[in-house]
Amino acid sequence: MERTIYREIGLTRGVKVLAAVLALVLLAALWGVVYVEEEGHIVTGMNNQIVWGTPHVFAIFLIVAASGALNVASIASVFGKASYKPMARLSALLAIALLVGGLAVLVLDLGRADRLIVAMTKFNFTSIFTWNIFLYTGFIGIAALYLYVQMARGMPARYVQAAGMLAFLWRLALTTGTGSIFGWLVARPAYDAAIMAPLFIAMSFAFGLAVFILALAGLFWLSQRALGPLLIRRLGRLLAIFAAVVLYFTAVQHLTNLYAAEHAGIERFILRDGGIYTALFWGGQVLIGGLLPIGLIFHPRLGARAATVHLAAGLVILGGFAQLYVIIVGGQAYPLEIFPGYAASSSFFDGSVNAYSPSLPEISLGLGGVALALAITVLGVKILRILPTNLSDANVAVQAGAPKPA
Amino acid sequence: MKRPMPTPKQAAGGLHRRDFLRAGAAVATVTLAPGVTLTAFGGRAEAQASAASRWGLLVDANKCDPDCTACVSACSEENGWQDTGNPATDAQWIRKVDLKELATGRELSLPVMCQHCESPPCVDVCPTGASFKRVDGIVLVDKHICIGCRYCMMACPFKARSFVHEPVPDEARRSWSPRGKGTVESCTLCVHRVDAGRIPACVEACDVTGNRAILFGDLLDPDSEIARAIAAYPSEALRDDLGLNPGVRYANL
Repeated sequence: MERTIYREIGLTRGVKVLAAVLALVLLAALWGVVYVEEEGHIVTGMNNQIVWGTPHVFAIFLIVAASGALNVASIASVFGKASYKPMARLSALLAIALLVGGLAVLVLDLGRADRLIVAMTKFNFTSIFTWNIFLYTGFIGIAALYLYVQMARGMPARYVQAAGMLAFLWRLALTTGTGSIFGWLVARPAYDAAIMAPLFIAMSFAFGLAVFILALAGLFWLSQRALGPLLIRRLGRLLAIFAAVVLYFTAVQHLTNLYAAEHAGIERFILRDGGIYTALFWGGQVLIGGLLPIGLIFHPRLGARAATVHLAAGLVILGGFAQLYVIIVGGQAYPLEIFPGYAASSSFFDGSVNAYSPSLPEISLGLGGVALALAITVLGVKILRILPTNLSDANVAVQAGAPKPA
Repeated sequence: MKRPMPTPKQAAGGLHRRDFLRAGAAVATVTLAPGVTLTAFGGRAEAQASAASRWGLLVDANKCDPDCTACVSACSEENGWQDTGNPATDAQWIRKVDLKELATGRELSLPVMCQHCESPPCVDVCPTGASFKRVDGIVLVDKHICIGCRYCMMACPFKARSFVHEPVPDEARRSWSPRGKGTVESCTLCVHRVDAGRIPACVEACDVTGNRAILFGDLLDPDSEIARAIAAYPSEALRDDLGLNPGVRYANL
């Protein structure tokens, strides 16, 4: 019987090429940051109407995905599924990496990024942002602890389980905090809804697992290790369920809004008249990020292939970006209703749909966050014993205590 | 790379921030004297924020001329924000909003600025406490600890806040109204004037036009013109449904 053996990945040609590509993306991001820092946000597409743009879409995607990426480890140690255990180390590492990538984007987009120390020393506890500073840094610490207890030799299983439970509860709090950034905004009709917190938790399950599946497949391909199709299929089915849960919460959110006449305007905007936002909602989030990957994974013939699961994971990620773009940018594009019952106009764009087009520095900063997350992950698996040498279905089944498949 | 929002004096004389703060304290002490004098004569103007006052504005939509932007120009001149030809990113501390009632077709125009809420969402969401409310109800941004996250702009129901998207040119700098690239700003209710016993620039400019559409005063003083006006005829707060109790009210809306 083969044990799960964890080994660092080798410095293959593929790893070197990936490192070079990531370095280039990080350099481009650095350029974007310095450029915006010098010129001001005037060189971005953001303005006084759309105050959060592409960097925030990337940052929040990465932060939401970070908490979801930890789920695989939770399934192993909190819910006791032994077949997920060999992937738990990668799950914790990826969670840390994604969160660091997302936070880097968020922080580097600040108008005064040089005042980060102010944000770390002056707190206003009525602000969910302040809570998030603790939730995010705490998450990194707890995920690191979780990784440590998993990797430490001779660590009793109950410690691993306790760290896993703490990490799981913390990640729920973290995503509640992230969703509440929007849920607690009373001023804007697109937000101001308690459902934002559970919606974001559902999104984190889906996005995080999608990123995990692709990271797992990519790293195993890079290190030329065996990854069983049955394992990938199992992860794929879970992904489809998570994607369906996102659709469910989205449906509840919009149906509830449609019932209230006061929200008719924003609903018409997102669902019917919003141009790019309507297209991204139906085409991006619902079709590409929801129905299509669910259909692919449950397809009787296509669903059996690992490649289909990889494709579905990619689609969930694309849909996730579309969803966050609709929530963040679309929610601000719809004008504030300061004067209900009146048509308003002003030099400050009162009453008009606000325009936004992403600029190159913003996109490069956002991609830089993704590259940073990937770079940390690759570095982690290169220097630490994170990845199992063999995740073939036969080996996973043995580890899970099931009879070896014929 | 980053400049700590120097005043013209600072730029000329290389004054350090600490010296500047000391100088500021000295100015406050000096202006305290006329404040005390005014109080002695029964006036309400004070040099320090006092919880005994709540400063507010009453805008009469019937008196506001749709073609007049005197309040906007006066605020811009007083506080140094200006039209640079980039309407989407230029700061606007006060703006004229033209309204047409959908049911009746009635048209009106009125200025909108920071509403100086009693429960300001911008203050609630600010992670560093840079957004704050003085005891006299004036909502301000501490430019020294604003990190430029723009969460307050997301939270403000009135679109009252602007983010400084470009470096502030020297000619636009006002020592009494610090501004800096990468921070958020909004109407200060001309706090520097109020503390010196004067009225905000927009109100003064509106008075000069003869429209007298904006009234400034202490909402807590039952004898003030604004308190009497509010007690005498109907006025309302914008987005009253949010329960923020703004210090700015509108009549004939």
